Amino acid sequence: MYIEKWKVGVKHFLIILFGLMMLYPLLWMLSASFKPENEIFTGLSFLPTVPTLGNYVNGWKGVSGVIFGRFFLNSLFIAIACIIGNVISCSMAAYAFAKLNFKLKKIMFATMMVTLMLPFHVRLIPQYIVFNKLGWINTYFPLILPRYFAIEGFFVFLLVQFMRTISNEMLEAPRIDGCGSFRIYISFILPLSTPALVTVAIFTFIWTWNDFFSQMIYLSDPITFTVSLALRNFIDSTGNSSWGSLFSMSCLSLAPLFIVFIVFQRYLIEGITSGSLKG
Amino acid sequence: MRKISRLNRPYEAYLFLTPWILGFLCFTLIPMLMSLYFSFTKYDLFTAPRFIGFENFLTMAMDVRLIKSLKVTGTYVALTVPFQVMFALLVALVLKKNITGVRIYRAIYYLPSLFGGSVAIAILWRRLLNKQGVVNKILELFGFEGLNWIATPSTALYTLVLLGVWQFGASMVIFLGGLKQISQDYYEAAEIEGANKRKQFFHITLPLLTPMVFFSLVMTIINAFQSFTSAYIISGGTGSPIDSTLFYTLYLYIKGFQHFSMGYASAMAWGLLVIIALITGIMFLIGKYWVYYDE
Repeated sequence: MYIEKWKVGVKHFLIILFGLMMLYPLLWMLSASFKPENEIFTGLSFLPTVPTLGNYVNGWKGVSGVIFGRFFLNSLFIAIACIIGNVISCSMAAYAFAKLNFKLKKIMFATMMVTLMLPFHVRLIPQYIVFNKLGWINTYFPLILPRYFAIEGFFVFLLVQFMRTISNEMLEAPRIDGCGSFRIYISFILPLSTPALVTVAIFTFIWTWNDFFSQMIYLSDPITFTVSLALRNFIDSTGNSSWGSLFSMSCLSLAPLFIVFIVFQRYLIEGITSGSLKG
Repeated sequence: MRKISRLNRPYEAYLFLTPWILGFLCFTLIPMLMSLYFSFTKYDLFTAPRFIGFENFLTMAMDVRLIKSLKVTGTYVALTVPFQVMFALLVALVLKKNITGVRIYRAIYYLPSLFGGSVAIAILWRRLLNKQGVVNKILELFGFEGLNWIATPSTALYTLVLLGVWQFGASMVIFLGGLKQISQDYYEAAEIEGANKRKQFFHITLPLLTPMVFFSLVMTIINAFQSFTSAYIISGGTGSPIDSTLFYTLYLYIKGFQHFSMGYASAMAWGLLVIIALITGIMFLIGKYWVYYDE
């Protein structure tokens, strides 16, 4: 009895110890963002002796005369536009693959699965050339437009797996009443797939928010910068001089991810697993 | 199923697939064919592409930096992926039971995957592991003198590996899902037959988890080959010191978007595709022997 309890205690202790080790870098940055500039690398204490908001005030001034608030709005705009695109286009494709019958189904589904594994670099350069010719550099079209065409095979796959679990009997009744596929998609498939759609929305948010490569390629005008690009430029423009401001804005840039994570934890940790792999 | 097929009209399906079909043609198939064509040309974006046959590929075979970037990427993948998947599996096994606080524990271990790909974390990493960084401060407490891990050619890549392994939470989540789907009946039956915990693990848990392990291995390998942000930020976009963090994708970026050798970069992109396809293919072949499928 005592040994059992003792074992459980040790287990929890180890889980927490390793957890703290994992989180240490994050906590360190959070604490550093409230320290005065000269204390960040000299002081040994983990917590700031006198917490200050100075880094945040300095950092918020942004780069090239554009304040950080603007970068947040830019990132948020791209993320929301991409979420809408992915949710609509991927769910449409998934419905067809999961619940409708057509001749080329097998071959098209296989094609979709193959695109899942392609490195995006093989389409990157021609896409860049075409978007460049269209004069879309320094606009958000290259980042957003493809999302309205179900290009993220992973999401289509995830939704297909989920929609397959919706019972066919339930969808048959409205068919007999004369509903077309479109009506069934709107009134039955979408509402019943809400958990999976939320998962798609959250992952789209995280991936667009963290994206760096495509944003860097298509955006060079500071007014169009996203949070990722602004942070990159922040290092270049300030060198090694103002780590405090850099850390404060880095922390701030992670805040939206953290909020989404706290609110939708269930969909992130449980959602992706439940219907996504088996079937 | 059959009843429904009689009821939905075929054109309806294609209507729902229109965005996907257009997207596949315009954003995948046509660009891929274009980049295949470009890979046989010299193209600087400003003048028309000029056909040069296999020259790009021949240059690639002798490009010292490219070979170095392959070595760097290969080392990164070979070190990051196994550790990532191993830790993910280990922690998932510990956190599968509904012990008190398990939700918070899962959240804590998942958090690095949520943040890890961002520029902010790459910046943090750069500062944690340089000469005056926190890691060295901790080493000093134990009497060791630390290096500038980021600027030392022999250690720079390992800081990126560490950053990659730190993000094992994503795979952990997939394993947790897999563990949840294993029916409790198996364990009850095993209990009655008198199989101990160790036997249960090797004969029930592990075999039934192999499809998830396989899926997660394939996906982490594909993703690891395409890592970019961390190497770019930590090396200031150059792959320094002396190309020790020059990921293949970083070199592709430098060639395509700094030197404007679009033809060469396209050839490199196809090189990457071939490498990934080969490795995935081999994995599927080997997978036949160790992945367990229910049917």
